[in-house]
Amino acid sequence: MEWDWNFVWQIMPTLIQGVKITILATLLGSLLAAAFGLAIALLRRSPNRAVSRTTAFVAEFIRGTPLLVQLYVIFYVLPDIGILLPPLLAGVIGLGLHYGTYTAEVYRAGIDNVPRGQWEAAKACNLTERQTWIRVILPQALPPMIPALANYFIAMFKETPLLSAITVLELMNQAKSVANSSYRYIEPITMVGAFFLAISLVSVVALRWLEHRYGRIER
Amino acid sequence: MTDWSGYIGLILQGALVTVELTVYGSLLALVMAFVAGLGRVSRFAALRWLATAYIEFFRGTSIFVQLFFAYFVLPFAGVTLSPLQAGVLALGLNVGAYAAEVVRGAILSVGREQYEACIALNLTRWQSMRRVILPQALLVMLPTFGNNAIELLKATSVVSLISLTDMTFQANVVRAQTGNTLVPFATILVLYFVLAMIIAFSVRALERRMARGLDGVRS
Repeated sequence: MEWDWNFVWQIMPTLIQGVKITILATLLGSLLAAAFGLAIALLRRSPNRAVSRTTAFVAEFIRGTPLLVQLYVIFYVLPDIGILLPPLLAGVIGLGLHYGTYTAEVYRAGIDNVPRGQWEAAKACNLTERQTWIRVILPQALPPMIPALANYFIAMFKETPLLSAITVLELMNQAKSVANSSYRYIEPITMVGAFFLAISLVSVVALRWLEHRYGRIER
Repeated sequence: MTDWSGYIGLILQGALVTVELTVYGSLLALVMAFVAGLGRVSRFAALRWLATAYIEFFRGTSIFVQLFFAYFVLPFAGVTLSPLQAGVLALGLNVGAYAAEVVRGAILSVGREQYEACIALNLTRWQSMRRVILPQALLVMLPTFGNNAIELLKATSVVSLISLTDMTFQANVVRAQTGNTLVPFATILVLYFVLAMIIAFSVRALERRMARGLDGVRS
């Protein structure tokens, strides 16, 4: 089977539509993952052991099971208890929950990375808990987190094709529907790969710049 | 009331396919990791370039796209793969690319003085790699390899979309036949988590075993 450029240009508008949904899902998923990860990181630091243990287990469980199955649960099981979500929203929630457990580790590492002396100095200066966090700890902890978080958002971007399994019309699904109606697989699937490669390569360059600008978390 | 025993049997059959995919995929990934990882630290520019291209390509495009490419596009190029072969190929090459960076990082993390000692002892490049560098680097790689294997296990769920009868596929079959969504999906979530824990524990045990006798050199 030959590569056909005319066909490529013909399907381009459909694919571009898919790309838009893919990027939208990634952005919304990233926001949710950032917020959810922070919640997990804070709950894990809770002095109440029941709370911190439970959070740790739930996070471990979500991280140890496939995103695809979690998407099925959100999309197919939740309606049974009366929560009916539109596909894109279900997908974004799935991405946010799954990657939130990864970003939680970034927050944890970032906070642990602030030297002990800083906490002690804050205490010696008689700062309140709130002042310690806002004035001393977070300004030092946040910048190195930025590249690490961005790294997971890129990883999330590469998992968005899974949303096609719960009928979100993102890039992969558009390509599949084009392929199924025209019986040509080479161009659509290859173009999806090319889109992903192009966007990933650009984001890798952006990531290098972020690392250069904000430094990395020392493990 | 549904008789669940038959359906649970179906899911367990799927679990076998999932385990099979994980084992074969990990083996291929391990081979690719060492080939590409050693290629990246080779003294021949062509090899370094080739390994970098492989790693960037497979990390840049999503596993999902690679799987579809292997299953739907390769037949047009004259290479027909069974779903299992396509799955193992895509999973192994994809995770292998991630693990190759681990191999490279671990080799570079071995102290400079170790390399100098090898030169002082007049070891050949092969000898110093085999007898001095790799035994130390292997221990650094192991925890991350464990994480990679868990990522691979989670990625196997995607093969259900190319009609391979793994655990996720069978859960969908059960869902279609019984109309019940909670039981099949909850069952496979727990099974995936148990498999992930088995991998995590065996890697930890292996790490302890391999750390014996290296106390002096580990910092």
